[in-house]
Amino acid sequence: MNAPVQLPLSRRLFLATGGAVVVSFALAPRDALAQDAGNAGAQTAAQQLPGSLKTSPMLDSWIAIDGSGRVTVFTGKAELGQGIKTALIQCAAEELDVDPEIITLVTADTERTPNEGYTAGSHSMQDSGTAILNAAAQARGIMIDLAATLLNLPANQLEAKSGAVLANDGRSVSYKDLVTGQDFHRPAQPTSPLKDPRAFTVIGRSMPRVDIPGKMTGAPMYVQDIRPDGMLHARVVRPPNYGAKLTQVDTGAVEKMPGVVKVVRDGSFLAVAAQGEFQAIQALHTLSAIAQWQQTNTLPDPATIYQTIRTLPSSDTTILNQGTLTSQGAHVLNATYHRPYQSHGSIGPSCAVALYDAGKMTVWTHTQGVYPLRNSLADMLHMPQAQVHCIHVEGSGCYGHNAADDVAADAALIARAIPGRPIRVQWMREDEHGWEPYGPLMISQAAATLDQSGTIASWQYDVWSNTHNMRPAGPAGNLLAARYVADPFPEPAPQPIPQPEGGGDRNGIPLYQVPNARVVSHFIPGMPLRVSAMRGLGAYHNIFSIESFMDELANAAKADPIEFRLRHLQDPRARDVIVKVRDEFGWNANAKFPRGHGRGFAFARYKNLAAYCAMALELDVEHETGNVTLGRVVAAVDSGLAVNPDGIRNQIEGAIVQSASWSLYEEVTFDSDGITSRDWSSYPILRFPAMPTSIDVHIIDRPNERFLGTGEAAQGPTSAAIANAVFSATGERLRELPLNARRIKAAIGV
Amino acid sequence: MIVLNINGNPEQVDADPRTPLLYVLRNDLKLNAAKFGCGLGQCGACTVLVDHEPVFSCLLPISVLEGRYIRTVEGLGSADKPGPVQRAFIEEQAAQCGYCIAGMMMRAQGLLEHNAAPTDAQIRDYMAPNLCRCGTQMRILRAVRRAAKAMTASLEPVHEASK
Repeated sequence: MNAPVQLPLSRRLFLATGGAVVVSFALAPRDALAQDAGNAGAQTAAQQLPGSLKTSPMLDSWIAIDGSGRVTVFTGKAELGQGIKTALIQCAAEELDVDPEIITLVTADTERTPNEGYTAGSHSMQDSGTAILNAAAQARGIMIDLAATLLNLPANQLEAKSGAVLANDGRSVSYKDLVTGQDFHRPAQPTSPLKDPRAFTVIGRSMPRVDIPGKMTGAPMYVQDIRPDGMLHARVVRPPNYGAKLTQVDTGAVEKMPGVVKVVRDGSFLAVAAQGEFQAIQALHTLSAIAQWQQTNTLPDPATIYQTIRTLPSSDTTILNQGTLTSQGAHVLNATYHRPYQSHGSIGPSCAVALYDAGKMTVWTHTQGVYPLRNSLADMLHMPQAQVHCIHVEGSGCYGHNAADDVAADAALIARAIPGRPIRVQWMREDEHGWEPYGPLMISQAAATLDQSGTIASWQYDVWSNTHNMRPAGPAGNLLAARYVADPFPEPAPQPIPQPEGGGDRNGIPLYQVPNARVVSHFIPGMPLRVSAMRGLGAYHNIFSIESFMDELANAAKADPIEFRLRHLQDPRARDVIVKVRDEFGWNANAKFPRGHGRGFAFARYKNLAAYCAMALELDVEHETGNVTLGRVVAAVDSGLAVNPDGIRNQIEGAIVQSASWSLYEEVTFDSDGITSRDWSSYPILRFPAMPTSIDVHIIDRPNERFLGTGEAAQGPTSAAIANAVFSATGERLRELPLNARRIKAAIGV
Repeated sequence: MIVLNINGNPEQVDADPRTPLLYVLRNDLKLNAAKFGCGLGQCGACTVLVDHEPVFSCLLPISVLEGRYIRTVEGLGSADKPGPVQRAFIEEQAAQCGYCIAGMMMRAQGLLEHNAAPTDAQIRDYMAPNLCRCGTQMRILRAVRRAAKAMTASLEPVHEASK
């Protein structure tokens, strides 16, 4: 079911194998199948369809059953380590009524799967999960209809079970004997014969992840492990800083080094390909030493970076405006919060393998979006999109837009210069840290008044941010290498992501009831550092700000922070996760702690429309050093219908640990000449000894509700829960991330 | 030509003696488990055992490894027959992307060969050189405790004698 990476040496072999397996899957590129439904009537009908069926309405874009009963399910989403393959298999198995073991899931591939854009924004279950759930239910319906004809019985006397249709007269016929090859080549219907959730046997079960055994035993699971015959290893010599121009490089000596096959230079793009990986790295070091660059750009002074960003021109949008603001009240509070540039910090530097052969470019990539990457590569290479094939293969976890797309562009440029040889490029650690697009620096200002009863009367919130989306979408200029070739591509102008999802203003609107409120999003196009999407986007900072500020308001109102939040919340699902955490944590409103020990609480609904997550934690602050030691963490999450509870727990646990690391330690550093945090010693992250003592995640399952994306739900609440606990432990309110020992020590005046 | 003892098998390697072990494992011997993470000995993704000690294979040149006992995840077991550490990691579902996990398992194996019943604090200290960015550390800690229990209970030999 979960074959490790197969290594297609040629497109012919690849298609031959793919075609042989699946009878009902035409050999035409998958795009062509989707276009069959491309007339105007079908497109209007498609708008009514659930999930990604809207954009890929043909059932055989999603599901195929072959003559031996094997089921193939196609998704345009990619496994990023979040466990999506397992959850999607569960959705298909449940509604198709087959054993999960017989399902092969094909993930993002521009010649095989639907185009579902990016695997991002906690959208996979709601887009692809919903599509597969419905497509599988409709496919089951088709199997029942075929059996009805064959057995000459009305469909209501038939039911599907374990890959067969059973008649109430005892006869049965298995799917493999029903399929003819084109049964699913039809548009999906707006409604599906979905099961009653009470009848689920696969959904709701913590099915073990299908990819884990391979990952635990050294199977070739990653793009880093692709090693086709004739492959060369390549490395790219990145400039010393943004925008630098290559003025001179004498490649003669490097070309004579052992194993070196070719030095590729295109303008300021410089790379070397060699037989062996270590040979490529040695050649890289030599090339780096002799290449001469002209610096064209300096970075702003890091000491005043927040003021610098704040004073850049901005485009302002009022995203909430209700009632009449007041600056008078029993209590009036103002606060400003800061978040630095932070790094995705994938453990494995980004990697891609590309092959340019017979006018066709094939790229194995861990991009989050094979189709947008394909289009951008085609633009960069001046090739037709149909001649570029992107196949997703897992890489190291990315947590947003890291260098995955950039390294694919590197590999494609080098492969074009060395036709017929597969080219594997992996970035070096210092390049991943130094060149990835960071999570943007952010600034927010909150102002609120409380009335005599301790209720929020007025709320004003302003947030300043760069874009959170510089992902490749078609123009080549979002790919790093494309900006350095001899005929360079301009970087497309940054755009904000509009509400309701939002980018820098994601979760900028409070979920709390505030009668008089105004929220303004200040979008800043100017980007001194390269930035893009990092897990949670602006929600991380906005939830840090709002949930810190709610504690400040509760403190002013002399209220318990949890009770204060409940006072301002109507949404019963929001209240449920909060109460769950309060009870499971054992939160006593009157508890008193010794100096240095504290607890904190925070809550958010991601994007105000995805999963609900509440959290309480305790920690100790060492007075002499300002060091934080995390204790117990208790979280509750409501992701709607929970397909794989352990998968949800794994995501939330991981998000808590990752966000704790961001919030306690992490900050990209730079000087006027460039980025200076280039490894794990200059960009430290959380290590084992600093892990919390425990993390308990409670799931509130809602079997009758739609999927709510989970992957990013805990990033924001974790940061604020830590800040609130630091306040509880020390009496000092820290509003600038990260809450590192140096800042805490300065705040407590040691 | 250098002969390396990998998982008990003699392997003839024709590579520059300065080549770090990691590249030889991955490219010459097609052993995928150990991963390139930093090339600096800062993250542990490349961790393997040499004579029962966890080492960073991204730094260690093969010239110093002749005659020494090198073990990788492939030597612990297979998907059909996982070793006790692998089984514990699978049972705890102790991975998300899994890129760091081979290094984690080798360091855990190294720990349990030295200390069959480590305390939680000892596990955390011993595992400190290895980074996980997905945040699966709580599961990894559980997996190490589970492996320790399983190995003690079954009286399975923690490691074979050096071959």
